[in-house]
Amino acid sequence: MKLSTTTRATAVSAALAASLALAACGASNEDTGSDSGSGGDSAEQLSGTLVGAGASSQEAAMQGWRAGYSEVQSGVTVNYDPIGSGGGREQFLAGGTDFAGSDAALDEEELAAAEERCGASGIFELPNYISPIAVVYNLEGVDELNLSPEVVAGIFNQQITTWDAPEIAADNPDAELPSTAITPVNRSDESGTTENFTEYLVAAAGDAWPHEASGDWPVAGGEAAQGTSGVIQAVGAGDGTIGYADLSQAGDLGVASIGVGEEFVAPSAEAAAAVVENSETLEGRGEYDFAIELARDTTESGNYPIVLVSYHVGCIEYDDQEKADLVKDFMTYVISEDGQDAAAEAAGSAPISDALREQAQTAVDAITAGS
Amino acid sequence: MTTTSAPPATPRPKRRPGDRIFAGSAKGAGILILVILAGVAIFLISESVPALTAPAEDVPGGEGLFSYIGPLVFGTLMAATIGLLVATPLAVAIALFITYYAPRRMAAGLGYLIDLLAAVPSIVYGFWGITWFAPRLVPFYRWLEENLGFIPLFAGPASATGRTMLTIGLVLAVMILPIISAISREVFTQVPSLHREAALALGATRWEMIKMAVLPYGKSGIIGGAMLGLGRALGETMAVAIILSGSAAGITWTLISSANPQTIAANIALQFPESTGLAVNTLIASGLALFVITLLVNMLARWVVNRRADFSGAN
Amino acid sequence: MSTSTQQSSTGSAAPIAAPQPGGHRKLPSWAPWAAFAVAAVVAAVFSLATSWNIVLFVIYTVVLGTLGTYVASRVVEGPRKATDRLVTCLVVSAFGIALVPLISLVYEVVRRGAQRFDAEYFTASLVGVIGEGGGAYHALMGTLIITLLTTLISVPIGLMTAIYLVEYGSGRLKRSITFLVDVMTGIPSIVAGLFAYALFVLIFGPGIRLGIMGAVALSVLMIPVVVRSCEEVLKLVPNELREAAYALGVPKWRTILKVVIPTAIAGLGTGITLAIARVVGETAPLLITVGITNATNFNPFDGRMATLPVYAFYQLTQPGVPPENAIARAWTAALLLIILVMALNVVARLISRFFAPKTGR
Repeated sequence: MKLSTTTRATAVSAALAASLALAACGASNEDTGSDSGSGGDSAEQLSGTLVGAGASSQEAAMQGWRAGYSEVQSGVTVNYDPIGSGGGREQFLAGGTDFAGSDAALDEEELAAAEERCGASGIFELPNYISPIAVVYNLEGVDELNLSPEVVAGIFNQQITTWDAPEIAADNPDAELPSTAITPVNRSDESGTTENFTEYLVAAAGDAWPHEASGDWPVAGGEAAQGTSGVIQAVGAGDGTIGYADLSQAGDLGVASIGVGEEFVAPSAEAAAAVVENSETLEGRGEYDFAIELARDTTESGNYPIVLVSYHVGCIEYDDQEKADLVKDFMTYVISEDGQDAAAEAAGSAPISDALREQAQTAVDAITAGS
Repeated sequence: MTTTSAPPATPRPKRRPGDRIFAGSAKGAGILILVILAGVAIFLISESVPALTAPAEDVPGGEGLFSYIGPLVFGTLMAATIGLLVATPLAVAIALFITYYAPRRMAAGLGYLIDLLAAVPSIVYGFWGITWFAPRLVPFYRWLEENLGFIPLFAGPASATGRTMLTIGLVLAVMILPIISAISREVFTQVPSLHREAALALGATRWEMIKMAVLPYGKSGIIGGAMLGLGRALGETMAVAIILSGSAAGITWTLISSANPQTIAANIALQFPESTGLAVNTLIASGLALFVITLLVNMLARWVVNRRADFSGAN
Repeated sequence: MSTSTQQSSTGSAAPIAAPQPGGHRKLPSWAPWAAFAVAAVVAAVFSLATSWNIVLFVIYTVVLGTLGTYVASRVVEGPRKATDRLVTCLVVSAFGIALVPLISLVYEVVRRGAQRFDAEYFTASLVGVIGEGGGAYHALMGTLIITLLTTLISVPIGLMTAIYLVEYGSGRLKRSITFLVDVMTGIPSIVAGLFAYALFVLIFGPGIRLGIMGAVALSVLMIPVVVRSCEEVLKLVPNELREAAYALGVPKWRTILKVVIPTAIAGLGTGITLAIARVVGETAPLLITVGITNATNFNPFDGRMATLPVYAFYQLTQPGVPPENAIARAWTAALLLIILVMALNVVARLISRFFAPKTGR
């Protein structure tokens, strides 16, 4: 028997030391000196940490905002925890975070809770992230496709099962539709995209869509895929597939134009921003609560009604001056043209229109610290 | 030969404090394991309680906990069963190949090759399954639908992407193959050479020797290994989460269509990161169901394997 | 161990060929090869006649070759030898089938993962990265830290339990621990994750995500593996060594620390390394306990951390715009994971080779 404890112990401690030494240095692209206060040239320099949590739909945009904002205010760290809309609202209302990202506006119960969280001056809800949801398809030989709301509902409800069905042909008189079977692809995880898509179907398709709006896909039997990229992947992998996903992810897939009124509108950033601008603000909420009732059944020309809107929710009045300044400054950046462009680059979202920006600015300007 | 038996009653002239401390902490660690296992059960139960007691309409799906978990349990069992049915014969054949057919010098290397399959992280199987394996199965599924579509299992419409229950079953089979094969190999090498040589001396061919001497001896080992594989397949998460097109399809028997029930583990992985409140409790309750199922399977497997160990201790 | 039957798969079992009533004729040793060669030609013709498909070609070849061998053997050598040859073909094919996923998987991961296997990948995180570039430095660090913590938790508990089972344990407690450790090896990884989550939720409230939670979850998976492998190794230490130490008046605990463990150190090292390899690629428990973040976080007690497997999962399933960059990063992470696990396996083998006690008799 040979005893060799020391050799092994040395090896282990060497490995430990190596990993710790590695751990001591940060990533090459991270600015570790957040407290160094490297001076910018414009506005006053703030410092501190802003914590948000919520919808994962706007996470990519948030990355863009954080990257852009760190150039303006290098001393501020913005954290965003993509735990889902429900979790984001819950944590914000419980006081755990400074703002929330949410794919849905607060409901009655949450509004009551918000009063406790933020006091009488209430909350702001700003539709800062607008992303058109495209109906994507993969069908050999068909490059352009028009679909009226009822047909979209019929396809996704699995009532229309082949591409040469008369309903589809009626929308596309010029296209040569093959008799391929339709494979509808939906999200397998609960998502804001699904919720907005089903909301659209409920509002626009009438009887053709017998299900309720929900974040979980309500129809059994379709191809289900995880996440936006899963849907894109599944649609791309099969022939005769059709799905719904953020327009920015559509890639080479065919994108259907959706029937709005008498015409068919292709999804675009402008058309998506237009429908948000033309939607009514919900009544009976706070002064700066710009939660909107999306005009899903719009017939207005040039509006694309299938959009995902994600809000930023925060207090008008914070207890602490520093927090108020941080939230105000960050939100100012988010709604600015620079901010919206950063999001568009990072997430392919649709920049908000000037009218929306003006409206949002009033809310941001109102943010104060309470006494 | 006797070195593996427990140490004999140790001479213990007097109990030194060092001895007491050391013995105590060793015993403590052992008991800690019991505590951890009990803790797993207790914490899962305590976090499941809100879902168990909640009114049916509040549970995700809106129809109560059992109709939420039911299809998931079905999907889990279905996927694992397919995996087991495919993997067991293959694994036994591979174990036979390595122990009795392959050239002696290569046997260890070939065994290591199969063990490599066990070393691949399950998420990598997911990557491989969705990009390489599933698309290649689509023509096969079309063929199955056309020629065997009258069997309910192969009823169409065949999936256009290959992300089906059968695909998952096959991927799970690959993942549990090394487990079953390793245990079978171990049992096969333990077959007393006297048995084998006696069979050969009687003029048996190699296959007859295996049939008469090796397989009867190794039967319980194979069964135990298969059940351990089943346990792993039941709990497999990431590969299923990435590959399977699982939806709220409920209970469906067709293996090659897009509509499949999800498995418990994959459902948790997919829904958990963005769940809050009661949805989390519901997911934990489904995890509890999975825990109980795998616990039963594993206990049964260990019982079978250990029984064999008891019997073979005759030498 | 020492029979004469282990010859090449195609070689005939000549030494054991018993006299058979039907005659002594045997197929020449090249016969199976010839059968398969003919089958390959037929399959090639058949495949070309329809449409060339490598998979169908291989399947046809194997099926036809097996049939040909079987028929030829049945005619010449009789049914018993024919069955034997059939089984040989089946067993070899089974091994071949198992190699298909292994080879295709490794090939695919290496091919796609090599794209981003560059310096930036190992030095940059995802902070401020949009589209191209970026890396997995933060995820690599997270994996190292969490794995290290897991090891620190699991090894003492696992090793002490193994010592208890081998050196002290007796009766009911020993039996139940052995049994439950076996059962524990079968806990699904996601359940371990849920356990850690449920545990920390009771302390910190819902929505909590910490690096240490991941370490706790992984420990639940790692401890039983450590116990099992250490137990096997400790059992191999000859009793004579212990008895010699006792005879010299060495207390039991010092005997264990100074004699038993040093003797078994190579095996222990191998076992522990393999146990680390077992948990380093785990995704599901980390997905629900540690979450994901873009920035490097060295503190496992404060907030989310990135880990390689979870990083790979999210880069694949939630890529940004355009998706290609993130998907390439995901594959590199998968490649890195395989390399990590393989490296740990190699290290384990090296430990057992270089530190193994020179066993005399």
